[in-house]
Amino acid sequence: MIPEIGHYSLVLALAVTTLLAVIPLAGAWINDGLWMRMGRPLAYAQFLLLAISFGFLTAAFLMDDFSVRYVANNSNSLLPWYYKFSAVWGGHEGSLLLWIMILGGWTAAVAAFSKSLPEPMVARVLSVMGIVGVGFLSFILLTSNPFLRYLPNAPQDGADLNPLLQDIGLIMHPPMLYMGYVGFSVAFAFALAALMGGKLDAAWARWSRPWTTVAWVFLTLGIALGSWWAYYELGWGGWWFWDPVENASFMPWLAGTALMHSLAATEKRGVFKTWTVLLAIFAFSLSLLGTFLVRSGVLTSVHAFASDPERGRFVLMLLALTIGGSLLLYALRAPVVKSHIRYTERSREVFLLINNILLLVATVTVLGGTLFPLIAEAFGKEVSVGAPYFNTMFSFIVPVLVIAMGIGLFSHWKDTRPGTYGRRILPLAIAGTAGGIGIPLIYGEWEWSAGLGSFIAIWLATAQLWDVWEKSSGKSGVVAGFKRLSRSYKGMATAHLGLAVTILGAAIVSSYTEERDVRVDTGTQVEMAGLTFVFDGIQELKGPNYVADQGIFHVLDEGKEIAVLHPDKRRYLATGQVMTEAAIDWGILRDVYVALGEPLEGTTWAARIQYKPLVRFLWLGGLLMAIGGTLAILDRRYRIRVKANKARTSVGESDAGGTQPAKA
Amino acid sequence: MNPKRKQRMLIILFVLGGVGIAIGLALYALSQNINLFYSPSQIAAGEAPKDTLIRVGGMVEEGSVERHKDSLKVQFNVTDFQHTITVRYEGILPDLFREGQGIVAMGRLRDDGTIEAQEVLAKHDEKYMPPEVQRALDKAEAAKAGE
Repeated sequence: MIPEIGHYSLVLALAVTTLLAVIPLAGAWINDGLWMRMGRPLAYAQFLLLAISFGFLTAAFLMDDFSVRYVANNSNSLLPWYYKFSAVWGGHEGSLLLWIMILGGWTAAVAAFSKSLPEPMVARVLSVMGIVGVGFLSFILLTSNPFLRYLPNAPQDGADLNPLLQDIGLIMHPPMLYMGYVGFSVAFAFALAALMGGKLDAAWARWSRPWTTVAWVFLTLGIALGSWWAYYELGWGGWWFWDPVENASFMPWLAGTALMHSLAATEKRGVFKTWTVLLAIFAFSLSLLGTFLVRSGVLTSVHAFASDPERGRFVLMLLALTIGGSLLLYALRAPVVKSHIRYTERSREVFLLINNILLLVATVTVLGGTLFPLIAEAFGKEVSVGAPYFNTMFSFIVPVLVIAMGIGLFSHWKDTRPGTYGRRILPLAIAGTAGGIGIPLIYGEWEWSAGLGSFIAIWLATAQLWDVWEKSSGKSGVVAGFKRLSRSYKGMATAHLGLAVTILGAAIVSSYTEERDVRVDTGTQVEMAGLTFVFDGIQELKGPNYVADQGIFHVLDEGKEIAVLHPDKRRYLATGQVMTEAAIDWGILRDVYVALGEPLEGTTWAARIQYKPLVRFLWLGGLLMAIGGTLAILDRRYRIRVKANKARTSVGESDAGGTQPAKA
Repeated sequence: MNPKRKQRMLIILFVLGGVGIAIGLALYALSQNINLFYSPSQIAAGEAPKDTLIRVGGMVEEGSVERHKDSLKVQFNVTDFQHTITVRYEGILPDLFREGQGIVAMGRLRDDGTIEAQEVLAKHDEKYMPPEVQRALDKAEAAKAGE
C-alpha cells in the first residue's frame, strides 16, 4: 500500500504542476486576477503532494520493503536506520525525487515570500517553475519511477547501499547541492517572468537577488561538503579531481557567482540588465546540464549511475527545450530593454564587468574540458582531459580575477576618484609579496605555484580588511563604525575573505603535501614531516553491516604520542565490496592522514601516510563564503521591506536601505 | 569619440581580449593534457605512441599479479582477450582492483613494451565497467569473430 500512495501522490503532483504551469501564466496573459491568484494554492498543493510522495518512499526504506525495486537495489536490512534514510537519495530514482521535491519547496517558498510583488509577476514566476516541474515530473514518472515493485517474487533482502555512500558526508551533500542547483531555478523563473512581462527594471533585480544568494549559499556548502567527503572517503586524501560531476556542480557555482555580482550592478545602478537575464538563464541551464551529466552516464565518472540511454535522451531533451525556449524568449524580448546609464572606466560597474567576464571565461573553460571527451568521441577518438588542463587554466584565470577583485573593492558606483587605486596598489603589492615569499618558506622550499597562491590570497585579504577598516573609520571610532556597517557589506567582506582562505589552503596543500606509500609490518617505524609513525598491527572489528581489519598507528612528535590512528579496511557483508576508511588526526593547520592499502604477505600491509598542511582552509573558506552569503540575506533592507509591506499591499519605490536605484 | 562610444569600445576590447587569451590558453592546455585511450590490441598493433601519457584499459588477467618482495612494486597483465600487455606500477592499488576486473591504467609505453603506470583506476562500483574498456572488449570480440 505504502509505495502505491507515494506513487499516486506523485502522479497527482504532476497533474497539479501542469495546472500550475498553465493557469497563472494564462491569467497573466489575459489579465484575469482569479487565474493569477491560483498560483499560490497550486504551488502549496504541489509541494505537499511531493512531500507526501517522498515521505512514503522514505517509509518504504525504513520498513525494509524490498518488494519495491528501488529499495531492494539500494538498501539492506543490516543498514543502520540513518543510512536507510539517506539511501532514499542514494540512487538515481530517489535522488531525482529529492530534486523534484526541492523544486517544489522552492516554488512554495516563492509563493509564500512574494506577498509584496505585483500579481502578474508572481503568477509568471510560479508558472515558469511549474513548467520546469512538469518536465522533471514526467521524467521521473516515465523513465525513473522509484515506486516500481518486484511482485510477486520480492527478494528477501536488499542489495545494499554502495558502501561509499554510507557516510555522514553523503547524508548531507546531495540535499545541499540540490538546494543550490534547483535554487537557481528561482532566478531563472524571475528572469523569464521579467522577459515575458517586458519589464526588466531594477525591481526585478532586487527581487531575484536574495533568492540567488540563498541558492548560492547552499551550492557553496554542497560543493564544500562534497570535496570534504571525497577527501576522507574515496580520494586517498585528494580534495578535488576535476571529475565531470564535480565540474557539473562547479559550473553553476561560477555562473551563479557572476550572477550575484551582476545582479548587484543591475539593482543598484540599472546597468547590464539584459546581460543579467542571460546569466540567470545560463546558471540554471548549467544546473540542468549538471543533472544531465550525472544522470545519463555519458561521461566516465565516479558518480555515474548505471547508464541508461533512455534517461540520457530525456534529460537532453529537457535541456534543449529549457535552453532553447528561454534563449528564444530572450532573443524576442530582450532587445526591447535598453538602458542609458553612464559610468566611467574607473567605476565599480567596470570592475563588476571584469568579474563577470573572468567568471564566465572560467565557466567556459570548465565546460570545454568537461565536454571535450564527448565531442572527441563523436569523431571516434577516446580521450580524457587530465586535471593538469584545469589546473593550468585556473592558475591563469584565478590570479587575474583576484588581483582585479582586490583593487575593485575600493571602487565606487558611476565613477571613482582618480588615484583611489594608485595609492593602494603599492601597499597591497608589498603585503602580497611578503606573503607570497614568506608563507611558502614556512612549509619548505619556495615553489612558484604556492608563492603565487599565497600572493593573491594575501593581496585579497589585505584589500578586504583595509576596505572594512576605512569604511568603519569615522568620528565615533572604528568599533562603532564597524557595527554600523550593513549586514550585506559584512557578508560580502566575509565571503571575500573566505575566498582568500580557500585559495591559501589550496596553494599550500597542493605544493607541500607529504605523501608516502609504505610497507608496514608490526613495529615498523616511518619518519615523515617531523613525525614518527609506529605501526602496531591489525585488529579485527565488526561493524553493523561490515567486518574490518583495523590498523593501529601511533603518531609521535619528538617521542611524545600525539595521536593513535585507526584506519579500516572494511568488507561489506551484503555485496562483499571492500572499502578503505582513512583515519585522520585533524588540526586547523595540518591533517595527518593514514589509510590502509592492501594486505601483502603475513602481517605486512601497504599503507599510505600523508601530511597535509592547511587542508582545512579549503573548507573553512567555503564555510566563510556561505556565512557571508547568509549575512547578506539577513540584511535589514529585506526585513524592513517585509514589515513595511504588512501595511502596504503593493510594492512602491520604498527602499529603506537607501538603495534607491539610480534612474537615468 | 564620444564618451558613450569610448565606453563601448573599451568593453568590447575587454571582452575580445579576455576571450581571445582564454581561448588560446585553453587550446594550448588542452593539447598538452589530452590522454588518448588504447586497448591492448591497439598497442600490439603499434598504434600507441611511446613515452607519452596514455590510458590503457582491459581486464586484469587471472593469475598475473606479481608483487615485489620488499617494496610496493607490482606488475600485472591487462588483456582484451586478443592481446595482452604488462603494466608495472608502484604504490597502492585501488580497493576494487582484482584479477578479472576491468581497470584503466594511466601511464607511458616503454621500449620494452610494458606500461609504466602512474595511476591505476578501478571504478567504485562492482557492477560498473569503464565504458572505454567495454568498447575495447567488444571490438576485440568482433575482431575475433571476423577472423
